[in-house]
Amino acid sequence: MKILVPVKRVVDYNVKVRVKADHSDVDLTNVKMDINPFCDIAVEEAVRLKEQGVATEVVVVSIGEAKAEEQIRRSMAIGADRGILITTEQAASSLTVAKLLKAVVEQEQPGLVILGKQSIDTDNNQTGQMLAALTGMAQGTCASKVTVEGDSVQVVREIDGGLQTVGLKLPAIVTTDLRLNEPRYVKLPDIMKAKRKPLDKKTPADFSVEVKNTVSTLKVEPPAQREAGIKVGSVAELIDKLKNEAKVLS
Amino acid sequence: MSILVIAEHNNSELAPVTASVVAAAAQIGGEITVLIAGKNTASVAESAAKLTGVNKVLHCSADQYEHALAENVAALVVSAASGYTHILAAATTSGKNFMPRVAAILDVEQISEIISVESADTFKRPIYAGNAIATVQSNDSVKVLTVRGTSFDAVGNEGSATIEELASVADAGVSQFISEELAVSDRPELTSAGIVVSGGRGMQNGDNFELLYKVADKLGAAVGASRAAVDEGFVPNDMQVGQTGKIVAPELYIAVGISGQIQHLAGMKDSKVIVAINKDEEAPIFQVADYGLVADLFDALPELEAAL
Repeated sequence: MKILVPVKRVVDYNVKVRVKADHSDVDLTNVKMDINPFCDIAVEEAVRLKEQGVATEVVVVSIGEAKAEEQIRRSMAIGADRGILITTEQAASSLTVAKLLKAVVEQEQPGLVILGKQSIDTDNNQTGQMLAALTGMAQGTCASKVTVEGDSVQVVREIDGGLQTVGLKLPAIVTTDLRLNEPRYVKLPDIMKAKRKPLDKKTPADFSVEVKNTVSTLKVEPPAQREAGIKVGSVAELIDKLKNEAKVLS
Repeated sequence: MSILVIAEHNNSELAPVTASVVAAAAQIGGEITVLIAGKNTASVAESAAKLTGVNKVLHCSADQYEHALAENVAALVVSAASGYTHILAAATTSGKNFMPRVAAILDVEQISEIISVESADTFKRPIYAGNAIATVQSNDSVKVLTVRGTSFDAVGNEGSATIEELASVADAGVSQFISEELAVSDRPELTSAGIVVSGGRGMQNGDNFELLYKVADKLGAAVGASRAAVDEGFVPNDMQVGQTGKIVAPELYIAVGISGQIQHLAGMKDSKVIVAINKDEEAPIFQVADYGLVADLFDALPELEAAL
């Protein structure tokens, strides 16, 4: 079985982003970029399935600027076999990305597609579900455990009240939650090896997909800041303030 | 304008967040229809019909909707979508699961987790873990939106909508429900509780959370945790408050032994009053707390419990 893993280049999760002075967007000038953490977990899961003999090949695809090759190479250092880079001049919307991924799915015919549940820049949590809808496949989102058995996959999902387990017919779409696995550290010899793995460079036109965006960003602002309050000296003073000043306790 | 709201429920009760999604729909303005898809959900439909501002309830009870599998719920919503200008659901794990499917089938973008309605086509939503707020405008023919419940005040129960039965769509047959493990608790649910008490790495272990439970029970509060406490295995992950966990905005949030990383703040900084108890006076949580108490939580919690 082949596994397809779409990955996204995003701002490093340790960076506290700032809004540009003109409120047009966040300022990403000279900011460290990395693979989206949930995508990293997706790559790790696919590579583990290959190491267990469940998968035979892991293909990584990224859609975005040319520099996203770094994130594909990093995924190859973890163990992905080859990559596809689809470069776009402008940021592609979730629906456009899902349409491009659908075209890649048609070409590659994977048994499983594993994606991150959301990217930490736009925080949408939707591309995997959109791809599932466009391909007519079943989906297991927010996965904390993935078990392939014959022609189906069992996915334990993190839901609001606890955990839900679903069974999906293959081919299927899985999106990863934080606790699915802990991605390995990338070793230098593997980084060197990854440089020689095959990478296909494409554009949306190669897949006859039009990059359009029906949602425009009018403005990006910093969130309302909370002012630091006061320090209280004792539990008694705290209770007094909550009752008589904040009036949130009776 | 004509708005379709997909209700959240557990087949026996309507989830409170639905009343907040209806509030967002009311701000957009227009006729509001609520769709209930489930199994044996007549009582849920009756509750939805009472929500203030709702004109009509569409009710569909069938086996394939019992566990809200995304493939089946999305197909049903699409079957009913014709004529609506907006389709809304809560940005819960359930809404986030099926709504993007609805959007993709309708060939439109989804606008995720809106926190305000600026006009019928313009909305605000948090990006970068809440470090920035984007105002976005959609020119799609249908606006598919998920709504952050804590950002809208729930509507009341003064409505009397008509209830219509909706025909089901055949089971997609690609997915099946196997099992569910739901946390059982007598305490209020985290995202709708008026008071939330949360513990972090400073709690040191799961047994010490007992100290928090005692305080929470005196206050009638829900109990949450930081990602650090969840990652350390102190408590299960459905208690996690933060960017990748639950978003809460209670009247009172008490953070105990939580340093206040960005990840956690993203999940609770819209609380009305924030209290922080931490022995490290430099902890970033104090920068957002209305009332900070620099103290060892193992002294402060029993004292707090005794004083309440």
